[in-house]
Amino acid sequence: MISLDINGRVHQVDADPDTPLLWVLREWLGMTGTKFGCGIAQCGACSVLLDGQVMRSCSVPAGSVGTAKITTIEGLSPDGSHPVQQAWLQHDVPQCGYCQSGQIMAAVALLQEKPKPTDADIDEAMSNICRCGTYNRIRAAIHTAAGNGQG
Amino acid sequence: MSSTMQMNRRRFVVSASAAGGGLALGWLVPWGASPAMAQDVMHTTAPTGGGAEVGVWTVIAPDDTVTVRIARSEMGQGTLTGLAQLVADELDADWSKVRAEYVAPEVNLANKRVWGDMSTGGSRGIRASVDYVRKGGATARAMLIAAAAQRWGVPAGECTAADSVVTHTPSGRKLRYGELAAAAAQLPPPADVAVKKPAEWKIIGKGVKRLDTADKLTGKQVFAIDVMLPDMLSAAIAQCPVFGGKLVRFDADKVKGMPGVRQVVTVDEATVAVVADKWWQAKTALAALSITWDEGPNAKVSSASIASFLQEGLDAKDAALGQRKGDVAAALAGAAKTVEAVYGTPFLSHATMEPMNCTARFTGDKVEIWVPTQNGDASLAAAAEAAGLPLSAVKVNKLHLGGGFGRRGQQDYVRQAVLIAKQVPGRPVKLIWSREEDTQHDFYRPVTQCKLTGGLDADGNLVALHLRLSGQSILAYLAPSRMVDGIDKNMFQGLLEGELGYMAVPNLLVDHAVRNTHVPVGFWRGVNANQNAIYLECFIDELAHAAGKDPLAFRRSIMGRNPKHLAVLNAVAEKAGWGTPLPAGVHRGICQFNSYGSYTAAVAEVSVSDQGALKIHRMVAATDCGHAVNPALIAAQVEGSFGFGLGPLLYSECTIENGRVVEGNFDTYQVARMADMPQVETVVMPSGGFWGGVGEPTIAVVGPAVLNAIFAATGKRIRTLPLTHHDLKRT
Repeated sequence: MISLDINGRVHQVDADPDTPLLWVLREWLGMTGTKFGCGIAQCGACSVLLDGQVMRSCSVPAGSVGTAKITTIEGLSPDGSHPVQQAWLQHDVPQCGYCQSGQIMAAVALLQEKPKPTDADIDEAMSNICRCGTYNRIRAAIHTAAGNGQG
Repeated sequence: MSSTMQMNRRRFVVSASAAGGGLALGWLVPWGASPAMAQDVMHTTAPTGGGAEVGVWTVIAPDDTVTVRIARSEMGQGTLTGLAQLVADELDADWSKVRAEYVAPEVNLANKRVWGDMSTGGSRGIRASVDYVRKGGATARAMLIAAAAQRWGVPAGECTAADSVVTHTPSGRKLRYGELAAAAAQLPPPADVAVKKPAEWKIIGKGVKRLDTADKLTGKQVFAIDVMLPDMLSAAIAQCPVFGGKLVRFDADKVKGMPGVRQVVTVDEATVAVVADKWWQAKTALAALSITWDEGPNAKVSSASIASFLQEGLDAKDAALGQRKGDVAAALAGAAKTVEAVYGTPFLSHATMEPMNCTARFTGDKVEIWVPTQNGDASLAAAAEAAGLPLSAVKVNKLHLGGGFGRRGQQDYVRQAVLIAKQVPGRPVKLIWSREEDTQHDFYRPVTQCKLTGGLDADGNLVALHLRLSGQSILAYLAPSRMVDGIDKNMFQGLLEGELGYMAVPNLLVDHAVRNTHVPVGFWRGVNANQNAIYLECFIDELAHAAGKDPLAFRRSIMGRNPKHLAVLNAVAEKAGWGTPLPAGVHRGICQFNSYGSYTAAVAEVSVSDQGALKIHRMVAATDCGHAVNPALIAAQVEGSFGFGLGPLLYSECTIENGRVVEGNFDTYQVARMADMPQVETVVMPSGGFWGGVGEPTIAVVGPAVLNAIFAATGKRIRTLPLTHHDLKRT
């Protein structure tokens, strides 16, 4: 049994400790907001927060998480009211939407670390792939969420 | 001429082309105008919000919520919202109360496809639907007005509709659509209805927000890969890495007893799957299965051997004719100056963010699937064929797609899911491809090369142009029946009269030496337009340089009677400030192209460091798609298409070695990311009078604009992609 603190609630999961956190979230707990894109920490679709740090959950063994607090897209706000979600709404960011859970989680982590990120900060932190190419709206939404007065 | 190396025709092609042929079923006029239709249409999907069906396209609830039926698929391009706008405008609905829902393919089929074609590709989602969906909205509006007139006992001509309210003009009485819907639904649809003139549009042409955003921000949006069903199992799949190879054996004993493993299943002659309680368990077991493949006759083919094969086609005598005007050979012989260049582009994978997946439940006499598809009709046909059941035994649950880009018009993954589910009857099985399977078993953008020869007279005027393509035909692989006299006209996308912006060139020859490989090919967002635009528009730049003319002025000089091409070209030139000074080290490139019925142009501003590092600072794009249903969504598509187009320019390629695709995941099949993006400025300039596509056309102008700017910056002509093969260092 693995014990995981997810979005403020502790879950007991009967999975092999090597199972990636992504698949424990999706298949054992039915929390499908976190997406599978590559399985090798390249695309960022599976991004979640571990004690506030953004991690690519496809490459984090569930057994290694320990007591770290996990935040997924489902735990960001009960109703989509988180400032980053609101900024995404304002800029009509998503197209297909599949990568956006991961993009939002990466942006939340960036803004926690750097409340007023520059374009260079965004380039460096936001390495998640979006095949629809919504990057410029993501950038604008991050500036809006930061109150940077752009976008 | 032997133009086929080793064709690998797979069975699923049959499903796809059978469905593309229309399922051999009757069609109703899809706006509900036929008086017979009221009897013909068995009633349909139960609308989730409740309410009454007014016509076939709208369901109106007592609280005035209007649900618009959508037959096409939403994969990010915004078609769901655009189609709803078209219907809602003709309905005179209150847009704030409009929502959308998919028509189920089996319901469409049972109703003689009254909702029309479900295929979503070729940037046709809006433009091929505009007539009948608008008539659908107008029909419903007429029925609501008739219901109000009946209730008041007044002539319908005295009533008007606006914002989901019918008003009796002489008396000022009003009734809401929600109050009228039940009565309106009982009335016969009018025999024919007129649609509004563009000047009367209220919702069409407005940049309203997408209808499908909120759930994409909270993780609530259910994609097919997220479907969870009681008793569901999951499957991981391995397909022979060499196209045309076969499965020889695997060792099922090695995985028996591994956690969660239920069954090892032979899917077809080249495919094996492990079925387990969870996908992660299935994938883990698959890796331990010790599979032996017979790699077949293509195991020695490489990108190098394919390149030689195509190269031979550049000068081959036999070629399929695209268009001929004047006498190119004579004009070239008499030209003061000739210029020649050979360009080439590699195979590309679609790389949708959501990998291929499909869930299927087979229960002996029925099969139900949950699928991300660009063609609900074709998914239904593929499932029926794989299940060995009639079309009427299939239920298809369409879900929003995590990207499509042309990949999900093919139904291979649907067929596989059903073949697996058949061997686990009664339980739903979710098939998910790994990213590696997804990259290595695609229907790739075909490889082509292009030899261009141009002739200039003594004044630097272009007097002759020969454009010889050599490479693989998509239709030859996927739909040979759509070829005409052995010619795949799609190969010439953007290069023939009607699309080509340079029809003023007096001597013109466009032809194609068909060189098919064993690699499966398919429609990749933009299809052949992206490659053809690079060939044509980079070469036009080469000619301008040889003529000693400005690239913009040179293009204008050969535009002739192509005013719409010229208008977008001028628009980007003006917006980008063509000819005005730039910061030191920054250089511009320009291009234009026409595809999918839309006119596009772009200017790129780039700098290249002494060490060869490329920075794309700014891109300006113009698009004239005739009528613009939603200018804000068009701008978003154009911006996004630039992100999509930068991948193949900068990084992406599928290399063939030993008959298989080398690249497997995003570490090797690289795509554009945030740091690659320039500032993108869009000019949406609908000139009216026609309906052009939006999802694809602007990808084509990304490559040539940047490559022409790189030449301006470095003097280097890049003629093969991606740029990772080239050193831009100052020498």
